Amino acid sequence: MPWLPEGVERLLNTALVSELTVIRADGRAVTHPLIPLYDGERILMHSSTLFSKKLEHIKANPRVSVSLSDPVGNKGLTDRATIQGDARVIEDDPHRQWEKLILELWRAKEPAIDDFLKARVALPLFFERAVIEITPRRCLYWPDGLTAQSPQVSVAPERRAA
Amino acid sequence: MQTDTALAKLAEYPHVVVAWVDDDGYPVSVATSFRTDAAAGRVLLDGPQPPIPTDREIEVVGSHIRPQPGVGYDQRRYVSIWGRAEAGERGVALTPERAWGWDETEMPFFEYSERSVPQSKRYLDQLSRERGVLVKPRLALGWLALRTTRLPFLTATFVPVFLGLAIAARHGSFDWLTALLTLIGASLAHLAINVTNDIFDELSGADAANKNPTQFSGGSRVVYYGLLSMRQLATLAGGLYLAAIVIGLVLLAMRPSTALLLIGVAGVLVGYSYTGPPLKLVYRGLGEIAVAVGFGPIMLLGAYVVQTGRVASEPFVASLPVAILIALILYVNEIPDRRSDASAGKRTLVVRLAPSTVTRIYLVAAALAFALIVVGVAVGILPWPTLIALLALPLAMRVHTGIQQHYDSPYTLMAVMGTNVKLHLYTGLLLLAGYLVTLAVALLG
Repeated sequence: MPWLPEGVERLLNTALVSELTVIRADGRAVTHPLIPLYDGERILMHSSTLFSKKLEHIKANPRVSVSLSDPVGNKGLTDRATIQGDARVIEDDPHRQWEKLILELWRAKEPAIDDFLKARVALPLFFERAVIEITPRRCLYWPDGLTAQSPQVSVAPERRAA
Repeated sequence: MQTDTALAKLAEYPHVVVAWVDDDGYPVSVATSFRTDAAAGRVLLDGPQPPIPTDREIEVVGSHIRPQPGVGYDQRRYVSIWGRAEAGERGVALTPERAWGWDETEMPFFEYSERSVPQSKRYLDQLSRERGVLVKPRLALGWLALRTTRLPFLTATFVPVFLGLAIAARHGSFDWLTALLTLIGASLAHLAINVTNDIFDELSGADAANKNPTQFSGGSRVVYYGLLSMRQLATLAGGLYLAAIVIGLVLLAMRPSTALLLIGVAGVLVGYSYTGPPLKLVYRGLGEIAVAVGFGPIMLLGAYVVQTGRVASEPFVASLPVAILIALILYVNEIPDRRSDASAGKRTLVVRLAPSTVTRIYLVAAALAFALIVVGVAVGILPWPTLIALLALPLAMRVHTGIQQHYDSPYTLMAVMGTNVKLHLYTGLLLLAGYLVTLAVALLG
């Protein structure tokens, strides 16, 4: 059931780039810029096997954080959000599965992807991809984008119950 | 990346994201304003909420991408620094201990991707082990065939074969069936050579060393990417060679000729020895000559001899400009590969020569190709309508200028390589047009 603030959902549906922070095996945080997609419940990201260290980190430790902070990448939206959640890597078929899961959402946000797909023969490994499915657990939201001020904090219903 | 370099790069971003692992074990990532103090080698971070901890390592990330609606993105760059923060007057200060980053203006996306191929292999290998089944990259069969054989380069075969057939027709000999078999056999031989070349490039380590392949250079890389196994590629090469040899034998049976036999054997030997041991001609700086001989006189004379049963001076002279221009395709395509070729012991001409010499030789060789057409017409060997091929000369000038301007940029050189391929194709087609005009005039006269 959706529980993220409306402003955060708008950010997720608009942003062309976000920062995904994962935890390495040695416990350190490491951050990767990625395009966020949103299906109304979960955040979906995807990664080529070329840049798959993040996938290995998530498989070892599924706790992640997503930051939506760049007005340029967010098409002028100045509000900011940080979403903590649990991620799982969907990698049953790196060749085709991601297309079924996220291509429609990706195309809606970035229509140019169809031109990239035509170049699949030129970049075959780039299009071998895994999907990162993030279930949000906690959200920090700064409606005016001023992160020096305390954020609005929302917590997933199941986490509130716990 | 050096931490002082990272600090200088970070200073260009309007804001940063600070990340750390909170007490619940989840990462936190929060945007904040900042400034860098280059003299002190520190980043001064304004205090966001929640506050940045000083009892653990934090990461500071600057990230930028410019959306280009309907096109994609550009200006992709990011930089990360890690270290422990200390409390300051207005927030916290971080002296970076490690740094990492990427900027597509410094390392193009294609090169970044190529450098990441080993990571992709590790990941897929691990996935295969976890699943107990082989997980490997795939391409649709048609695309895989196109990539593996480098099919679009068949224009290098079509030009000399069609010219040889046209000259034979002008000399009164033309048979559709043997012409078709010649075209198919020569094409199969060409594809076999392409695949063999890739086998030896993979075995020599040239593929792994090449971080700047383009659509014109760097080979098919199908084994390196894991799209095919070496066994599959070797089987394909063997099959293509076998089919080409069978067609050659059929042609010999239909048109018995010692000259044709010698040309066929020479073609197979030159094709194999281009990268194959023991000669490995391309490793010795003789690749251009091998390609010139193979895709010039051998292909053109071969097609001519199949039709006429004899060798003549006209097809040989007509093959020379075609030979030079096809050698120049290889020559220019070697420019982006020169560092990886050198590291794999592939001492091509471009590896051996200084850039200014490479550029000068290109100009002289291209000029020679067109001069040969003029001289061929002047001495009465080539028909005068073939002078129409001089219309392609400006393309050679464009390539020469392009090489000078883009010598060190593999990806901007791609357009120049494309023009160079067109130079060979258009010159060949114009020569062919000249012969067709000559034929038409003779038929009408």
